[in-house]
Amino acid sequence: MAVHSTSDEHRELPAARISEAAPPPPQATFSSYAHDMWRKIITGESGVLPVVVGLVVIGILFQSANSNFLSPGNLVNLLVQGSVFMLLAMGEVFALLLGEIDLSIGFVAGISGIIAAELVKGTIGWPVWLALLVALLVATAIGALQGTIITRLGLPSFVVTLAGLLAWQGVMLMILGNGGTLPINDAFFNGIANASIPPLWGWLVMGIAVAVYGLLIWSREHRRRTSGLVAPPSSVTWIKIGGIAAAGIALLLIANANRGILFPIEGLPWVVLLVLAVLALWSFLLGRTAYGRYVYAVGGNAEAARRAGIGLANIRTIAFACSGFTAGIAGIVYASRLQSVSTNLDGGQLVLYAVAAAVIGGTSLFGGHGKALHAVLGGIVIAAIYNGMGLLGLSAALQYVVTALVLLAAVTVDSVARRGKSH
Amino acid sequence: MQNSPSPPLLRLEGISKSFGPVHALTDVNLTIREGQVTALCGDNGAGKSVLIKCISGIFAHDAGTLYWNGKPVHISSPKDAYDLGIQTVYQDLALADNLDIVQNMFLGREVTRHLTLDEDSMERQAAATLASLSVTTVRSIRQPVASLSGGQRQAVAVAKAVMWNSKLVIMDEPTAALGVAQTAMVLKLVTQLASQGLAVILISHNLNDVFSVADSIAVLYLGTLAAHEPASSLTRQKVVELMTAGRLHFGIPQEERHHGSA
Repeated sequence: MAVHSTSDEHRELPAARISEAAPPPPQATFSSYAHDMWRKIITGESGVLPVVVGLVVIGILFQSANSNFLSPGNLVNLLVQGSVFMLLAMGEVFALLLGEIDLSIGFVAGISGIIAAELVKGTIGWPVWLALLVALLVATAIGALQGTIITRLGLPSFVVTLAGLLAWQGVMLMILGNGGTLPINDAFFNGIANASIPPLWGWLVMGIAVAVYGLLIWSREHRRRTSGLVAPPSSVTWIKIGGIAAAGIALLLIANANRGILFPIEGLPWVVLLVLAVLALWSFLLGRTAYGRYVYAVGGNAEAARRAGIGLANIRTIAFACSGFTAGIAGIVYASRLQSVSTNLDGGQLVLYAVAAAVIGGTSLFGGHGKALHAVLGGIVIAAIYNGMGLLGLSAALQYVVTALVLLAAVTVDSVARRGKSH
Repeated sequence: MQNSPSPPLLRLEGISKSFGPVHALTDVNLTIREGQVTALCGDNGAGKSVLIKCISGIFAHDAGTLYWNGKPVHISSPKDAYDLGIQTVYQDLALADNLDIVQNMFLGREVTRHLTLDEDSMERQAAATLASLSVTTVRSIRQPVASLSGGQRQAVAVAKAVMWNSKLVIMDEPTAALGVAQTAMVLKLVTQLASQGLAVILISHNLNDVFSVADSIAVLYLGTLAAHEPASSLTRQKVVELMTAGRLHFGIPQEERHHGSA
């Protein structure tokens, strides 16, 4: 068998044409980075910027209609109202990243709130930490159960979680009895959504959080820059850190302003810190661990993930468990805010708002694209619409219609961006 | 890299495979050498896919023996093939569009440190592998695969395959969906792999591609090996004849053999 002799006579394609202008590795300058960012935005890859612009527009619209909208008191109120949406949406992001949907999380949240409330009530009287832990475990188990049914039996998540939506609503009614309300008298429980951090402590916590985040991001990007890896220019790193610091300072200035009418109320509500903690946890899991990488891979191309030796069933089941866990937190916050649980909890509406929040924030309905941060930003949008229209005295009917229109617009943007990219 | 006295990297001896009454492969003998591109040609249904699936562990063959570096081996699962150093790049490439180049190349084999992904070392290794294959046209190895051209995606899939100490890379129709410039880039990549001492099996319908890179050409016809010759001793006409008739008829006039070479 001929060894080398054949090669040259048959390679008809001239080498000069083959190398399509190999450029030197691009230097990350500010302008090239800005150009890249712009390209990402117009192809729908950067999910965050549109929603931030949307928030500014919403802020201007409502503020011009009612000057109380941007008052510190209302903004804090808005964040507390939105915390349930943000948490639920963060749970929904896990399902959406896989290209699935979880319709049950609204009532899973309800179950979690009810279990916690039942366990701390006088006749049972468990310590509050244990009650909350059990509630979260049950919510996680529900998510894992649904995930197992979806993966092992190969059923569509839409159907399984729709069944969950009905079933858990039924269970909720069974526990509470028709028309029942269960008040919560535990101070810690109620404090989650209603108590605030003393202003000074708020500054301290936020200062530490911003410093740790800044140090982490700076050391990582500096290390990557100096060792010649792909990294944004240092100016961009500083802009990121500055942006986070500015957001933290703005948040604290708003929260620490006196928003009381009869007596002073000030400080950052604990629930805001809770949302930020969950955001940090899920951002870490999805962005920095192998598990998170697999979630994106399964959502992007399940066949590629399977061939890479990734156990699809486990990845999906764990994602649904994470979704249930996050819904459990949301349910506890919901119960805490109302200081009670009742059969009025509309888990169907909650889940729709959660999906809307995640998608408005920039998470794709088609899988593989999204972040926990999107859920938080989208949750703020939903809460702003909800709060602003309430402030203007508009009817609930109109609120539904407007929320639906915003959701449709977000899904359209998502869909068009994906279609534009696939060609 | 030529060491003719030593045993070939892979030798197939009497490989047969049936699906019920259908004989997909009958008594195939084939030798694959390091540092060479072996093209596998054949009409649809000739058994090309079945043959590579037997080599890559997706199908178990019914009869015959595979010799790896002269030793008989059993390849009964994709993992067996993988452990030997056999990597297959399928036509659909199996890349996740939403992940970037580094993430795709390390998918399922991520480097972790303290439970977190070690992005820096993965990026360095990925960059080194791409550079060794002279893949220099990508703007950034941190761009999502969705933004790459067809040829670049093929290059990423190949780089992913060769990064793991591979000895034999099987490429299934790598140029089928590509334009002229992209095809040239992929073919250059194929020769690059061979010049690094890897064995390459290239499946292609396109005889231009086959003749531009192959050192030897194996032609399958209805599940049997019709010929395996050095590319220099074959012509397009002969290969087409082998593909369509299973043997060479030197008497047939030129104009009756115009089909199938596109």
